[in-house]
Amino acid sequence: MPIRFEVNGKQVTVEVEPRLTLADCLRQQLRLTGTHIGCDHGVCGACTVLVDGDAVRACLMLAVQAEGSKVVTVEGLSNDDGLTPLQKSFRKHHALQCGFCTPGFITTAHALLSEEPDCDADRIRDVLSGNICRCTGYISIVEAVLDARAAYKSNGGKP
Amino acid sequence: MKNTFIGSPVERREDLRFLRGRGQYVDDLAPEGLLYAVILRSSVAHGRIVSVDTKAALKIPGVHAVITANDMPGGPPIIPMRLQPLPEFKPFEQPVIASTKVRYVGEPLAVVLAKSVAIGEDALEAIEVEIESLPAVADWHVAAKNKNILFESQGTNRSLVFEARKGDADVIFASAPYVRREKMRTGRHYGLTLEPRGVMAEWDAARGRLTVSGAAKVPFFNRRILAKQINLPEDSIDMVENDVGGGYGARGEFYPEDFLIPFAARHVNRPVKWIEDRRENLMAMNHARETEAELEVACASDGTLLAIRGEIHTDMGAYMRTNGAVGARNVAQFLSGPYRVPHIKIDSSLWMTNKTPVGTYRGPGRFESSFYIERMLDMIAGDLGIDRVELRRRNLVTAAEQPYSIATIQPTNATDQYDSGDYRATLDRVLKEINWPEVSKLQGKLIGEKYHGLGVACFVEGGAAGPKETARLELNDDGTVSVFLGTSSVGQGVETVFAQIAADALEWPMERIRHVHHGSTSYVSDGYGAYHSRSTVMGGSAVLEATNHFQAAIREAGAKRLKCEAAAVKIDPDNVSGPDGQSFPLKELAGLTAEGAFLNKKHTYSYGAHAVHVTVDPKIGRIEIIDYVLVQDVGRAVNPLTLRGQMIGSLVQGLGGAVLEHLQYDEDGQFLTASLADYLLPTASDFPNLRCVILEDYPSPINPLSVKGAGEGGIVAAGGAIANAVANALQSFGVEPRQLPLTPTYIWELVQAGRQKQAAE
Repeated sequence: MPIRFEVNGKQVTVEVEPRLTLADCLRQQLRLTGTHIGCDHGVCGACTVLVDGDAVRACLMLAVQAEGSKVVTVEGLSNDDGLTPLQKSFRKHHALQCGFCTPGFITTAHALLSEEPDCDADRIRDVLSGNICRCTGYISIVEAVLDARAAYKSNGGKP
Repeated sequence: MKNTFIGSPVERREDLRFLRGRGQYVDDLAPEGLLYAVILRSSVAHGRIVSVDTKAALKIPGVHAVITANDMPGGPPIIPMRLQPLPEFKPFEQPVIASTKVRYVGEPLAVVLAKSVAIGEDALEAIEVEIESLPAVADWHVAAKNKNILFESQGTNRSLVFEARKGDADVIFASAPYVRREKMRTGRHYGLTLEPRGVMAEWDAARGRLTVSGAAKVPFFNRRILAKQINLPEDSIDMVENDVGGGYGARGEFYPEDFLIPFAARHVNRPVKWIEDRRENLMAMNHARETEAELEVACASDGTLLAIRGEIHTDMGAYMRTNGAVGARNVAQFLSGPYRVPHIKIDSSLWMTNKTPVGTYRGPGRFESSFYIERMLDMIAGDLGIDRVELRRRNLVTAAEQPYSIATIQPTNATDQYDSGDYRATLDRVLKEINWPEVSKLQGKLIGEKYHGLGVACFVEGGAAGPKETARLELNDDGTVSVFLGTSSVGQGVETVFAQIAADALEWPMERIRHVHHGSTSYVSDGYGAYHSRSTVMGGSAVLEATNHFQAAIREAGAKRLKCEAAAVKIDPDNVSGPDGQSFPLKELAGLTAEGAFLNKKHTYSYGAHAVHVTVDPKIGRIEIIDYVLVQDVGRAVNPLTLRGQMIGSLVQGLGGAVLEHLQYDEDGQFLTASLADYLLPTASDFPNLRCVILEDYPSPINPLSVKGAGEGGIVAAGGAIANAVANALQSFGVEPRQLPLTPTYIWELVQAGRQKQAAE
C-alpha cells in the first residue's frame, strides 16, 4: 500500500507491505542506511529516529504508522560540509568506536538536548540507557552530550 | 619538520563518516538482482536428522532455492581450526551445515534464498524437519560421564587436555606449610557485536571470480579456507572488508555462513546477502568463558607463592571452532598472571557439550584465570593474616626478573615470556589514585542500607601475535600517500593510528596521508588481521618498514632523474632534490609504491592494576560502583584518546561479564537467553564511575615503536576485582563469591547462607 510522509524535510511516497517496519522502509526503500538495526526487538536503540520530534525505535514502528509524520534520521541531522556541534563533541570525546550504535545515540541525544538543554549527567545517563554501545563503555558518550549542551542552550533548543 | 603525532590525542578520521550516517556496513550493500538468505537452524540440541523436506517451501512465490547438505556432493566441507590446529581436534571440527546429526540449538540445517527476508522467513516455517532426539549433554559434568557422546566414533566427549607445567608442583605440595583449595567457576558469555554478522557474496561466472563482502578480522586466512572448500584458486576470491560494527574476538572467524553464502551465490548465480538477526547471533556466534576450576595454591607462611596445582574444565559447546582452543589454553597458561609462581601443574580439559561452540572473546582465558587467582589471593591473605595488597606486592614479578618465563603448555610445547615492566609500580599507582589509605577505612562498613567494600587485582595482557604483518605505501597523483595494510579494523580506529605513524615516519603533515586502506585481500600480498591486541604493534611496525622502503624507492628514482647518488637525494613533502640544488616535484613519481613487512614471534605484555570501591545492598544483592580505577602501562601510547577508549570500553565489557551477562541453557540443551531482554548488557546507567590512567614507563623491547597491545587490560581483571570488593563488603557474613556473574540472586543467596551459618553458631 502507498504511504506518504516527510523524511529529512522531503515529502516521499513509498509503496510498502503492511508488515514492513519503518526501519526496513528507511533502509531498503529510501536507502537511508545511516539508521542501523541491531536487535529488531526494541532493546538496543541503534535504529532510533525522530518522528514528529520524538525519539522512536524504527524497528518497533510499522512504516504505515508513519503516514503523515515528519521523520528525521541521522542523515537529516548532518551537514554536507562539516560536523554539527553534537557530532563535533562526539568526535572530541571519542564517544564512538565502531560507529554502529552512533546514529541511534546522535538522534536520542539530539531529541533530549532539544527538549532539555539543561539536563544533568544523571538525566543524560537515564535517557541514554535505552541505547546499547558495546565499544565505548559510555563514559565518553555522556561527556560528549554534556559538552554539547552549550550549543543547544545558546540557541533555544536548536544546535 | 619533526612530527609528534604519535603520543597526541588525534581525533579520528573514521568519525566523519560514522557521525553522519555515512558508514558502509555490509547490510548497507544492495546490488542489482540481490537475493536474501535466511537460515533454518536446529531447535533440537542433540539428535539424528531423519529428513529435511523443502518441497513446500520451494512452492512459496519469491523463494528461489533452498540449500541443504544434499546440494553438496561429497558432503558438507569441514571448517578447519586457525589457532592450535592439532590433529586431536580434527574429529570435532564443524561441518558447514548439519547432515547426519545436530549438536546444538542453532546449528544450520538449510538455507533459503528469497527475494526478501520476510518471504525467506515465511519459507523457513514451511520446511519440514524430522529429528530423532538424543539425550542432551547440557554441561561439562554430564559430558565427563561419557555416557552420551557427541562424536560417537571418538568414544569420549573430551577433545583434549592442555597441560601447563613449570618446576615440580607435586614435590612442593608434599611439604608446603600452607595450602588453600577452592572450586570456582565463570559464566558463559560472548563478544556480542552490536552489528550482527553479515556476508554478501557475488559470483562472476564469466570471469570465475568470487567477491565476498563482510570480511573482518582475518580475511586472508578465511580466503585460504574458502578457496579450498569451494575449489577456486585463492586469487579468484576477493574478501572485502566494509565498516565493521565491533569484533571483540568473535566476529570475523570462519563460521558456517562464510561458506554457505558464497556457495549459495555460485549455486544460483546471483548476488546473495545474509544478515544475522539478534536471536541467531546469540545462538550462532562463538560463545566463550564457561569454565570450572578446582585449584590448590601452596604458600610459605609469609605469603610467598610456592606452587599452583589443579584442574580446569571448559564447556566447549558442540564443535571445535577456528580459535576455540585458545581460551582453554590461556586459562591454564596465564593462571599465574603477573605473579611469581615457580611451580605450576594445571590440567585444562576441553569438554564437548550440546551448546553453541566457543571461540575467543576479548581477554580469552585471561578473564577467567584472573578471577581465579585474584579470588584465591584474597582468601589466602585472610587465612595468613597478611594485608592483601602486601601479599600481592610480595609476589608480583619485579623489573629485575624480566623477561619472565611462564608455564609451558603441552601438547603444543608453547613457551612464553613477559617482555618488560615493573608490576609493583602500577599497583602502587592504582592505590594512590583511589586513595586507598583513606577509603580502606570503609572496608566492610555498613553505611545506611549498604555495605562498603574494596577490591584490587593485578594483570598482564598479551599482545602482538606474529608471525608477520604487511604494509604498503603508494604515492598518489596529487603528492599524497595512501597506506595499505594486511591488518583489519574492527572499529578500534586503526585508520587514524596508522596515519599518525606514517606521518611521523615520513615527517609529513597528517593530511598528506590521504587514505588508510585495510582488511581487504586486494591491498597487500599477505595479511594476518586483527586479534590478540596486535594491530597497532604489528601493523604499526609494518608501516614503519614500508615507510623505509618507500623513502628508499623515492631516493632511487630521484637519483636516476637527478643523476646523483641515492644517498644524496633529499625528500620533502613537495620536492625531491639532489646535492646541487636540482629538484623536481614529488608528485611526478605518482604510482611509486613500496611494501614492507614486520616479522615477530615474541609477544608484548602490557600490565597494570584495577582498584574498585563498591557498595552492596544485602537485601537485594545489588552492587554499585562508587569508584573504579584502571592503571595500565602500555609501553608507549600512540593515541591516548583511542587508547582510553580501549581501556574504558574493555573495562565495561569486563564488568558486564562479571555482573550481568550470562548465556543460559536448560538440562535439555534448550537455549534460554535468545534476546537482549534475556541477555543483559551494560547500559549507560550501570557503571558511571570509571577512570583510567595510562603509563608509559616500560617500552616494549621487541618492536621498533616500543608499543604494547592494550585492547584487553580493562576486561582481564574486572571479574576478580569486583568479586574481591563484594567479598570485602560482605565480610561480616563470611561471603566468598566463587562464581561469575555476580547476579543479585547469587549475592543474596551468599548473604542468606552467611546469616544461617552465623545463626547456627
